[in-house]
Amino acid sequence: MATYHINVNGQDQQVEAMPDTPLLWVLRDNLQLTGTKFGCGIAQCGACTVHLDGNATRSCGLLISSIGTQKITTIEGLSAPGLHAVQKAWIEENVPQCGFCQTGQVMSAVALITQNSNPTDAEIDTAMSGNICRCGTYERIKKAIKRASTPKPN
Amino acid sequence: MDDHKIFKVSRRDFIKTTSVGVTGLLIGVSVSCTDNKKNLTGDPQSRFTPNFFITINGSGDVTLIAHRSEMGTGIRTSLPLIIADELEADWNRVKIEQALGDIKYGDQNTDGSYSVRMFFMPLRKAGAFARTMLEQAAAKEWGVDVSTCKAVNHEVVHTSGKSFGFGYLAAKAALLPLPDENKVTLKSPKDFKYIGKTSSIVDIQDIVTGKARFGLDVNIPNCKIAVIKRNPEPGAGVKSFNPDEANKISGVVKIFKLDAPGFPTNFFKPLGGIVVVAENTWSALKGRDALKISWEKGKNADYTSSSYIANMMKGAKSKGKVRRENGDVDKAFKQSKTILEAEYIVPHLPHSPMETPCAVALFKDQTCEVWAPTQDPQGARKALAGVLGIDEKAITVNVTLLGGAFGRKSKPDFIVEAALISRNIGGPVKVLWTREDDIQHDFFHAPSAQYIKVGIDKNNTVDAWLHRSVFPSIGGTAVDQANEPSGGELSLGMIDMPYDIKNVRCETQQAPTKIRIGWLRSVSNIQHAFAIGSMVDEIAFARGVDPVQNLLDMIGEDRKIDFTSLTKELENYNEKQEDFPWETARFKNVIRVAKEKSNWGKQLPKGSGQGIAVHRSFLTYVACVVEVSVDANNKITIPKVDYVVDCGLAVNPERVKSQFEGGASFSTSIALKSEVTVKDGAVVESNFNNFFLARMSDAPLETAVHIIETNEKPTGAGEPPVPPFAPALCNALFAATGKRIRQLPVKLSA
Repeated sequence: MATYHINVNGQDQQVEAMPDTPLLWVLRDNLQLTGTKFGCGIAQCGACTVHLDGNATRSCGLLISSIGTQKITTIEGLSAPGLHAVQKAWIEENVPQCGFCQTGQVMSAVALITQNSNPTDAEIDTAMSGNICRCGTYERIKKAIKRASTPKPN
Repeated sequence: MDDHKIFKVSRRDFIKTTSVGVTGLLIGVSVSCTDNKKNLTGDPQSRFTPNFFITINGSGDVTLIAHRSEMGTGIRTSLPLIIADELEADWNRVKIEQALGDIKYGDQNTDGSYSVRMFFMPLRKAGAFARTMLEQAAAKEWGVDVSTCKAVNHEVVHTSGKSFGFGYLAAKAALLPLPDENKVTLKSPKDFKYIGKTSSIVDIQDIVTGKARFGLDVNIPNCKIAVIKRNPEPGAGVKSFNPDEANKISGVVKIFKLDAPGFPTNFFKPLGGIVVVAENTWSALKGRDALKISWEKGKNADYTSSSYIANMMKGAKSKGKVRRENGDVDKAFKQSKTILEAEYIVPHLPHSPMETPCAVALFKDQTCEVWAPTQDPQGARKALAGVLGIDEKAITVNVTLLGGAFGRKSKPDFIVEAALISRNIGGPVKVLWTREDDIQHDFFHAPSAQYIKVGIDKNNTVDAWLHRSVFPSIGGTAVDQANEPSGGELSLGMIDMPYDIKNVRCETQQAPTKIRIGWLRSVSNIQHAFAIGSMVDEIAFARGVDPVQNLLDMIGEDRKIDFTSLTKELENYNEKQEDFPWETARFKNVIRVAKEKSNWGKQLPKGSGQGIAVHRSFLTYVACVVEVSVDANNKITIPKVDYVVDCGLAVNPERVKSQFEGGASFSTSIALKSEVTVKDGAVVESNFNNFFLARMSDAPLETAVHIIETNEKPTGAGEPPVPPFAPALCNALFAATGKRIRQLPVKLSA
């Protein structure tokens, strides 16, 4: 076990963990931030997506010892206490079915929108292809991303 | 359908037993006239609980019980909506509480797409009884005839215009006897406020903010984490193991053996293996990786799915056991002008819900409490009682949200694991299945081999149909003797084949179950609809008739199909044929609407095509038109899907649509992506790097769902999207490429 200082959702946290512990389990087990989900453990499904300095990152493959001072944002810290525009769009489009993958989907979508305010269909496909939804809410995810995006002025 | 089947007690008993839940009823019922002139509220402590599903307190808060499991269908919203509508409650003032597993709620096994079908009328009655009592309480208070009082949006209003709030009336209604059933009137469908309208799911805000609690998210004080290393051959045991290296991992607290059940395993027994209990998840996983285990070989060590499927296909080519027969196919084939023959293969499929199986258990002082994403809390309770040897009353099953299920979480094996481990370590524990555990130790959809032979006579009419279906039965997971498909499994799309053909024979062959087989969303409808829906399209081309017209030709006259003379084995989704007949007019209607909505026959570029398939499952009629396009590299895209759905009255049409949109994606996985294989008793695939599901770039670009407006009795919505999709897609691929697909998943380049 070793002690790590990480910044999660704007707060400094001290956690005890083995150096090779994936951030996912630190978030869930040490910090009780359970909005970040376990889906595959090998960075193939996107359920565990968080932001690392604003970039969508699979927390199941990110070792606690490799984070350093990079800032971590989880779904809990995305826009608290209000809702992010992407979350609002998710509600307006009635996206979720079971809902388990949706926090990861939202985190991927927010990272996309932040970096590209008006993504094309192909850009959405590329950015979201790392997130699996077994219920199959993909069409509505795409609609919600478009709803939350800002059309470029003519 | 009668209430006896629903509640396992008579209707009278249901009303009686559900009428006396008077929690807090007689405590502090002081009739305090509030300042509010409309008398909206009463003593906040008072409670009106006319049955197990409804509580109204003195503040006017309405709490409705969701007694079935939410796995993404929206049932936690749709069933309470039914109650709220009849109750005339304001939906904004309704809170939903998830029920524990308890027989008092009636059937809680959330499976088989029957939640709305089974509970639509009972829950309407539950709401109507409560509404009537509130109206009676107001009438008594005012000293007027009850006919002059009417519940409207959380108040009871008198014809004079005065009103009482539900909160004010709660204490008074609680003192009234249950009204006679003939005093209770159900709403006219034209007065529905919520039923048939669009409503967002109650958990949506929690889901998008990460607050929603799934099974995986349950945390109780001092809870340890456990993972289990299971024999790659399901059911087989442990020869020996060495825990020394694992014990060196920081955080590992205990390692022990859980007995294997042998095979067949049954549905509720854990697979056994070596359990690693740790302070946290990562320690448990690392500990498990460090185990050294020598496995026993069991009776299925020779099971290899490819050779097994080849053997099943050999069986499908020879005469089998007759399960349905009309006319004489052998005689008819001798006079056929054209004969078509085809073989169809569907592989093992796993459920792979995004939330893997998981459960928290606390066994203490001969009681056990569990928290689990279970489809079947009563089944889990019974299984726990049996395995733990304690009374069901000592067991509490809390149902969390389910992160997907598709049939997997109707089996309680993972919950039993948690309870056994908790008993062993003397404290609370959470059992986690990794994705590898999930994919390799699932209750798989049965692999299948089918053969269909069709005769077309000189009048260009299909007059002979021979269908053989071979697959290991789900029952074989419980008993060795179940080594041939059951009537129930064949009722899912095979022996209920509706086409008007004079000579039909359906046969099966034996196929022993060699790995845990379970039910996956729509079960054996998957393979039967694939084979039949594909063959019907082949018939259209053989007859030289447009596929839509061919379907209408083959289904024949409007009628209710009487299967009783054709087969003794038809189960009709546990409904009497007279209550839910097979109606060809509804089948034809969805076909005709699909033709129109899909712009059937429209001009498409080279490499594109449309295909249609139609199927009735879970008593719902579905036509599906898929448009595909195939590029020079054989990459398949699906620009458009049109579903036409007759599921009777759609309680929450928005959720019916979402089930079909998602169903198209789920079925894209089945048709194009997913396959599990077994070699020497062990599953080969392990995670999403070698087992594939549809991603956004694979899924249909647009799925239009057209719901037939009708007041027919509600039927299923969760499973019916799946069966017709793969054949419609494969028929579209034929239109686009000229290649017939008879094996899933589709491999165009092969």
